[in-house]
Amino acid sequence: MKYLLLVAANLRRKKLRTVLTLLSVLVGFLLYGYLGAIEVALGQGVEVAGADRLVVRHRVSIVQPLPQSYGARISRLAGVEDTMHASWFGGVYQDPRNFFAQIPVEPDRFQAMYPEYVLPAGQAEAWRRTRTGAIVGRRTADRFGWKIGDRIPIQAPIWQKKDGGNTWEFDLVGIYDGRDKGTDTTTLYLRYDYFDESRAVGKGLVGWYVVRVKDPEQAESVARAIDAEFANSPAETKTETEGAFAGAFARQIGDIGRIMRAILGAVFFTILLVAGNTMALSVRERTSELGVLKALGFSNRQVMAVVLAESGVLALAGAGAGLGLAWFLVGRGDPTGMLAVFYVPAARWAAGLALAAGLGLVAGLLPAVQAMRLRITDALRRA
Amino acid sequence: MSDNVWVSVRGVDKVFVRGSESIHVLERLSLEVRQGEFLALMGPSGSGKTTLLNLIGGLDRPTSGEIEVGGERLDGMSERRLAAWRARQVGLVFQLYHLMTALTAERNVELPLLLSPLNRLERRQHVATALALVGLKDRARHYPSQLSGGEQQRVGIARAIVTDPVLLLCDEPTGDLDRKSGDEILGLLQALNREHGKTIVMVTHDPHASARAGRTLYLNKGRLSAEMPE
Ligand SMILES: Nc1ncnc2c1ncn2[C@@H]1O[C@H](COP(=O)(O)OP(=O)(O)OP(=O)(O)O)[C@@H](O)[C@H]1O
Ligand SMILES: [Mg+2]
Repeated sequence: MKYLLLVAANLRRKKLRTVLTLLSVLVGFLLYGYLGAIEVALGQGVEVAGADRLVVRHRVSIVQPLPQSYGARISRLAGVEDTMHASWFGGVYQDPRNFFAQIPVEPDRFQAMYPEYVLPAGQAEAWRRTRTGAIVGRRTADRFGWKIGDRIPIQAPIWQKKDGGNTWEFDLVGIYDGRDKGTDTTTLYLRYDYFDESRAVGKGLVGWYVVRVKDPEQAESVARAIDAEFANSPAETKTETEGAFAGAFARQIGDIGRIMRAILGAVFFTILLVAGNTMALSVRERTSELGVLKALGFSNRQVMAVVLAESGVLALAGAGAGLGLAWFLVGRGDPTGMLAVFYVPAARWAAGLALAAGLGLVAGLLPAVQAMRLRITDALRRA
Repeated sequence: MSDNVWVSVRGVDKVFVRGSESIHVLERLSLEVRQGEFLALMGPSGSGKTTLLNLIGGLDRPTSGEIEVGGERLDGMSERRLAAWRARQVGLVFQLYHLMTALTAERNVELPLLLSPLNRLERRQHVATALALVGLKDRARHYPSQLSGGEQQRVGIARAIVTDPVLLLCDEPTGDLDRKSGDEILGLLQALNREHGKTIVMVTHDPHASARAGRTLYLNKGRLSAEMPE
């Protein structure tokens, strides 16, 4: 601890250089934190998807509908706990940029299927009583300032009503919360029975099925059994885990996560060079001072520790400030308003600090070894 | 070894090898310094004075021969033990002071104490005593750049004596100072020798400086003699 005096003094020696190095580390970790939140938001479906849920879709594409009659056949298969169908409503609220998903489902089965959505019992009951009723997640409700009892008009470019109109109105009867921080609470769920009887075309068809399996270990074999059940029928299916389904969906909008990781990688490599360069310069300039420390009785290891501590302090201070700033900015919320979730999981903050410690170690290692090997007589002669 | 001999150098050789060249700096050199003695070492540039001082101070090892200081054999001591020995047993004073520019005078003086088991308060007290002894009590908070050369060297001496070692090794302590500051430093060393019983080995080029010492030896062509070589 008392050697920190030496570390602090050395960092003060070239203030401008120390500040610039700190800033570069800070910016790197700010990016790490902030891009981390975006990456989590984009990869969210994959991370929180239930391991025990399968998605059954048309083999050709998700856009092709499946018959409603498949539900009963799926339920009878071994290993299937429960099943529910869902469809794509694809509506627009006021402006196409206000994107969020709306999905017609079966209210009776909905809560058992999605335990990660927390809906008060009274509201669930109201939804079962109200055919035009809909429930929405907290994030979207907050985004548009919706309250229970509101009538929500939604334009549906895909679905014309029997009366010829495209505007659907739903009564907001419930607002659900996520059980965990990472739960997506943007989707609006409406009742399939109301949807099906009001639409002009597509009666009796559904978008896909969500299937809960009895044992997640058996998910693969159940998926194969489902696809086998409908093989050689007019609507063959493709069944995969919800995670794989969401992942495939994410790949359609491009692998943004991978691009961001590549950028972060480049940023960190640059920071490593900057910090490493700072440390190398700082050790070279202090050759004689380090020699004097040894002459005074500091052991090779102690001198090495002083150098490593210096780069560790640089890295941790810069990273601490950068992560703190990222935490503050992420806390102010999603700037686009379109992301399902916007936060950084605790594990990522911890990984950030570990990364900082690693950065300090790697940047300081060579100079520290150099300092350790320094021979006193050479160091003093060079002065 | 008679019991008041503090430094004993016996048949020491020092050879520097640089590439294919080897320089035989010290040749079977022997030297004894009694406890409480003030010895001046003179000799032409490149004769090996600094080399000899480094060997006595445990900063370097002899190619062959024995070195014993305060009853402990330095040749053959492990690097780590040698470092710990230096921290306790020897005070070093350099021509160019070698202070840490980023630390105040008192922090510089405190450095060797960081290696001791003393607590903060005890370290402060030792530092204050050492600074008072060299007459710099009121400059404790100054940085080296705010001090004159003579004052910087006094900080260097305070750092050398703060652990209260028996032996002080000074390599041209006045080499970079004007006559007046140099005289003050020499007076200080003399006082440390006479009043505090420090054993001092001082390398110098200045006959004026060696005159302050109790004994002067001349190093030339790898050997020591009491006579000035022509
Ligand atoms: N680490 C080293 N590597 C190679 N040669 C060295 C080394 N240290 C000293 N020498 C050589 O040993 C000889 C003696 O050097 P030393 O520094 O001891 O002389 P000196 O008497 O102190 O000289 P000066 O009065 O100029 O300080 C010189 O020729 C020097 O070049
Ligand atoms: Mg010399």
